[in-house]
Amino acid sequence: MYLQDVIWTIALTGMSLVALGFLLIIFRASKQADEATRAASNATARKLKTWMFGILLLIFVSGSWATLHDYPIVFQDGSSGQQAVTVVGRMWSWDVIPDTIRTGVPIEFQVTSEDVNHGFAIYDPNGRILSQTQAMPGYTNRLHYTFSQPGTYTIQCLEFCGMGHAPMSYPLEVVAKGGM
Amino acid sequence: MASLTLYPEDERLVGASRVAFNLYMITAIGLFVILMIIGLTMRLSQAMWFEVQVDLFYKLLSMHGTGMVGTAALSTTAVMWYFLRKYVNLHLWAFITNYVLFMLGAVCIIVAIFIGDYGALWTFLYPLPVNGMGLWSSYTAALFMAGNLLIGVGSLLFYFDAAAAIIKKHGNLGRALGVQWLFKGTIDPNHPKAVVASTMVIIANSLGILAGAVVLVMSLINVFYPDMHLDALLAKNLTYWFGHMYINATIYMGVIAVYELLPRYTGKPYAISRPFIWSWSASTLFVIIVYPHHLMMDFAQPQWLTIMGQVISWSAGFPVFLVTTFGALQNLHRSGIKWKTPSRFMILSLFGWAAGIVPAILDGTVRNNLVMHNTQWVPGHFHFYLVLGVLSMVLALMFHVTGSRTQTPPNSSADKIGFSFYLIGGLVFVLAFLAAGHMSVARRMATHLEQWIPTDKMGSIGATILILGMIYFAVRISIGLLRSPSSSQATGASSSSSSQ
Repeated sequence: MYLQDVIWTIALTGMSLVALGFLLIIFRASKQADEATRAASNATARKLKTWMFGILLLIFVSGSWATLHDYPIVFQDGSSGQQAVTVVGRMWSWDVIPDTIRTGVPIEFQVTSEDVNHGFAIYDPNGRILSQTQAMPGYTNRLHYTFSQPGTYTIQCLEFCGMGHAPMSYPLEVVAKGGM
Repeated sequence: MASLTLYPEDERLVGASRVAFNLYMITAIGLFVILMIIGLTMRLSQAMWFEVQVDLFYKLLSMHGTGMVGTAALSTTAVMWYFLRKYVNLHLWAFITNYVLFMLGAVCIIVAIFIGDYGALWTFLYPLPVNGMGLWSSYTAALFMAGNLLIGVGSLLFYFDAAAAIIKKHGNLGRALGVQWLFKGTIDPNHPKAVVASTMVIIANSLGILAGAVVLVMSLINVFYPDMHLDALLAKNLTYWFGHMYINATIYMGVIAVYELLPRYTGKPYAISRPFIWSWSASTLFVIIVYPHHLMMDFAQPQWLTIMGQVISWSAGFPVFLVTTFGALQNLHRSGIKWKTPSRFMILSLFGWAAGIVPAILDGTVRNNLVMHNTQWVPGHFHFYLVLGVLSMVLALMFHVTGSRTQTPPNSSADKIGFSFYLIGGLVFVLAFLAAGHMSVARRMATHLEQWIPTDKMGSIGATILILGMIYFAVRISIGLLRSPSSSQATGASSSSSSQ
């Protein structure tokens, strides 16, 4: 399962819950409450708000810990000793050296640009994004990735860079370990 | 506390004020329709239903983005002015000057795009504007940036006039924001929410516009002295600091309409509270420091800034869900409301904001951003809270004001049909973007892969339905605003008001 599918499921669930909350209130909006009922409703609302605050706080703390404790971006303070692949973007092509890599080998993509900002995204053979970083003039971004499946992947520019932005792609061959 | 009278006397638009308000709103709704049609043209092109040349596509994209951000700011500035003028002494010349500078800036931008062939989008991300590769000149880029500067100067002028008026009335911006009541003290129940929200916008967006001005001036210097290079990462930080605050300010200006108008339609008081003060004080800080979530894929950025971008993005959900949305729904609950067109738009706007923030927060998570950044997930979430959120807030006020002549809020059958088109079309349109983002469809591309086309078609259908509703609103609202005020309004005599 792709991470995108998890994100999509969470988003649909969250947006549906918001919609449900609105619909519940809208269906009860037209009937006017008397003072006693209104006071009781306000008390219920205060309790509900406290619960909502607690739930959101729990999501905030646990979600932040879950997504940040194993920080998904490597430190950028130097080479990691992994196999380096240098990537240079320019309007509108990529230089990738070497352009064939093996599965199971941790790769460090060292990504930069000669001219404007580009986006270095790796699409798998199914057309889904696996990871990405920016290619920026004057800076080298280090992106770590280990391919598990052989195939023809696609490097695609994801930062708008002018007329030739959409076709700015490059085939990246990933071969099975020992297959080179 | 906001009035429960539907059309209070101190909101009446007469003379130059009425002309200025109508200029803002009729210009805005006309531009919204034109820019939506431009947006639809791009979606039709991606869906392979209509052919647009690549160079024209990026010019249209530049126009659509710049125009929509600017028009959202123009219209929500009118929302803020409409209500804030009741509480502090705003100068009409500042409001009108903002409009004039906006129009001058818009002319520069339109000329740069459609005559000078500029196509580097509204974000003018350095150094792309000065690298036109022969398609546009550096001077065209300079004209585009000068246009943005003019619009920014107009906004600053309006904000500084509003800041001076608020300080004159409340002593300083902190007291206007209500920070004296954060921990103790009895909150003045008559302290206007419009003043709190306006103060937040003035503080945050002035900083944002100044950051934008700095990077624009630096870029302009680079145009004329190409040997003076900018640091691309610094330029990007300044650009997104400006861009994020500028577009988010439109939500915070627009929501003033909900705070002011909703209690009139529900007939229930909507009092200021300590959580409300906390919410707006926190949001002031959040909106200023949250922008690094736009630079999560710039790994050269200091790590603490990126982590701050995620933590603050998540934190920003608390005020939206727990205070503004919850408070408004509590106000609506069992109120006995008789639904009118403005109240429908108010509730839709809060739904657009609250639901749209869910995919936005997910995208503002570093781990998720690695697979969602610069996909159509991004236009999916920002169109969610701009089309269904901000624009609905503006439409609510526009419709409300069109009813001021007869002191009766509009609620025709045609309005209901238009609203249904807007709601259904809007939902299909934004969900098509989100579904595409989930499938890794890239944003900002003139040409699409074959497997991306189904969501392009779905988006095109949604946009068409949405625009049909919007065209009706534009005609209806323009006519409504232009119709002469009632005789009692024209003479300034007190007119009877109704409340629900």
